Amino acid sequence: MDLFQAKNVVKEFSNHLALNKVSISVPENTIFGLLGPNGAGKTTLIRIINQITAPDSGELFYEGRKMTSNDTHSIGYLPEERGLYKKMKVGEQALYLAQLKGMSKHDALKKLKYWFEKFEMTEWWNKKVEELSKGMQQKVQFVTTILHEPKLLIFDEPFSGFDPINANLLKNEILELKRKGSTIIFSTHNMSSVEELCDHISLINKSEVILEGQIYDIKKNYRTNVYELSYLGNPEKLQSGLGASYEVLTNISENHVNFASIKTQTEDADNRLLKELIPLVNIVSFNELIPSMNDVFIRVVEETNKKNSKA
Amino acid sequence: MHKIILIIQREYLTRVRKKSFLIMTVLGPVLFAAFMVLPAWFATMEDTEVRTIAVVDSTNIFYKVLPETQYIKFDYPEGTSLKELQDNFEFSGYSAILFIPHNILASNTTILYSSKQPSMTVTMHIKNAIEKEIENEKLKANNIENLDKILESIKTNINLRSITWSEDGKEKESNTGLAMGIGYGSGMLIYFFIFLFGSQVMRGVIEEKTNRIVEVIVSSVKPFQLMMGKIIGVGLVGLTQFVLWILLTVVFIGGVQKVLFPELSKTPTEQVFSQEIMNSQQLDTSALPFAEPEPQILEEIFASLGDVNFILILGMFLFFFIGGYLLYASFFAIIGSAVDNEADTQQFMLPVTLPLIIAIFVMINTINNPEGSLAFWFSMIPLTSPVVMMVRIPFHPAAWEIALSAAILILTFIGSTWMAGKIYRTGILMYGKKASYKELWKWLRYKN
Repeated sequence: MDLFQAKNVVKEFSNHLALNKVSISVPENTIFGLLGPNGAGKTTLIRIINQITAPDSGELFYEGRKMTSNDTHSIGYLPEERGLYKKMKVGEQALYLAQLKGMSKHDALKKLKYWFEKFEMTEWWNKKVEELSKGMQQKVQFVTTILHEPKLLIFDEPFSGFDPINANLLKNEILELKRKGSTIIFSTHNMSSVEELCDHISLINKSEVILEGQIYDIKKNYRTNVYELSYLGNPEKLQSGLGASYEVLTNISENHVNFASIKTQTEDADNRLLKELIPLVNIVSFNELIPSMNDVFIRVVEETNKKNSKA
Repeated sequence: MHKIILIIQREYLTRVRKKSFLIMTVLGPVLFAAFMVLPAWFATMEDTEVRTIAVVDSTNIFYKVLPETQYIKFDYPEGTSLKELQDNFEFSGYSAILFIPHNILASNTTILYSSKQPSMTVTMHIKNAIEKEIENEKLKANNIENLDKILESIKTNINLRSITWSEDGKEKESNTGLAMGIGYGSGMLIYFFIFLFGSQVMRGVIEEKTNRIVEVIVSSVKPFQLMMGKIIGVGLVGLTQFVLWILLTVVFIGGVQKVLFPELSKTPTEQVFSQEIMNSQQLDTSALPFAEPEPQILEEIFASLGDVNFILILGMFLFFFIGGYLLYASFFAIIGSAVDNEADTQQFMLPVTLPLIIAIFVMINTINNPEGSLAFWFSMIPLTSPVVMMVRIPFHPAAWEIALSAAILILTFIGSTWMAGKIYRTGILMYGKKASYKELWKWLRYKN
């Protein structure tokens, strides 16, 4: 079931269309990557999900029914541009933000105690935010985002500003949240973290969704049917021994091992190719060259940009 | 509703807990009193430089009769002509030369020579002294017996106390000076309050915007709630400060009154009668007319303080105080939402501060002419009415005028708050763009 759905959302600002009939579906208990180049309309869409702005037209659904402003209580939002009241004390501020999300003071204090202990932040409680380092402030903000145990979490570039250790801590925490049942919308330009974390993605470019689906399917769709092979034996024999339905793209030898990349004309040809290779050479390794999300991102965005400029 | 209370709470507590709040609470009345009193004090401050003026008297009437003060002395150099004095003026040590021509009784003219423009105090003193002396001379020419004694006994200083009575026959002492003082004081207070706390709203909005926390907050509450919470929270801080100021002042005045004038329990008429009896006794013994007028004035002010309709004035003051604040705070919220930092606020500040400054100018005119048409119209225009109407209230304007002015103010601030809410919710999410008036207009018309 989809936790959140946007249907044909249109948002226009004074002189440009920020979202043009955008539809996304975020399945429950998944990590959903919201991707796109700068200025594509991601922030506008996130603000619409958070009910900060309303769409000009289109519909929003939450848990299968129309979304209302009360649903913001079950959303946690970590914006890309982090911010806290600098002069306010950490504990007081965390409590305030939790209460604004509809938590009672008692519950909020209990949860805060748990998280502050878990993240070893207890002694910051009475410090002013401006006395903390940037990384510490990020941690405080992360805790205030997830404190009310929202069903839907929206993280906009959550890893920026974290050192590798804290970034890893955060990544594990995100995975833990998913394991506990949360749904997470994850917006980032860091494609390796998309591959690592996301189940589904939507790619927005120039106010429109240009690609969506499960990561596994997308990668499958964008594969190029190229296989990488390292082997021992005669490179020429490989070249001549393969049939006409295979194209050897590269074939080089290095430190007594040979490397070749071979393109097949049909999909799912790995076993057939292997069968043909076994009599010819001594196989050291064999794998399909799968495009990274980075490659997919660049390829799809550039393709649509070209199409648009032609039109 | 629960959330807006949380916001008000935060805005209020963070400000009230600041050290600057405590300092302002204590220093406020002092600073305000200083602001009201100092200009007047400076204006009346006496020149402490001793000036000696050489008198060249062609009539010989004025020889050694011109009264001297602590700082104005007269010297009557004998046997020197005006020409000589003028030639040696630079080294003479005189600050001016007073030349009295022999035909002064006919021409009514006398001349004061000096190298620098003489001060008002000096010229007024000389003018009065000569006038008085000539008047005496003219009287003497009539050969009246015992002239000196008569002149002495006709010296009078009338103290006009105006007492009004209400329908139930209660007497009230009214005091125009006091009404002016209350009007001026409350007008100035409102002016300061609007500036002080209005700009706090603006700074608060800018702070949230530059900290970027606003995006987190508006994902929990509506922008309008955030804006109203801030405006109300800051307003309550102002009211708290104001109430503390009043309490401090009342304690102070109460103390002064108890110590200096314990006999204020008499009605005004009783007081006047008792004075009349005293005065007639004084006349019999042909003693000095009642002297020491200064404690008299003070006593009068304290007496009429008790009779000013404080409930009405305080009620109206609170109304215009809050109404004016709400109106201007919504403008300040717009400015805050339209800029990224305080330096950019300049271009928007002028249209907001200009009406307030105009209000102060009109206020000065209103004090002298509280029923004039200038006073009337500016007490209807909502941008100036909080200051101008407040100045008129101690002079008892017609009830319908107060009601109309109040109604216009309420309608305007509802409108301005609505408008501010629309601009604000767009403005707070716009970064790095310097807004123009055209842009603000566009934001106002956005649907959401």
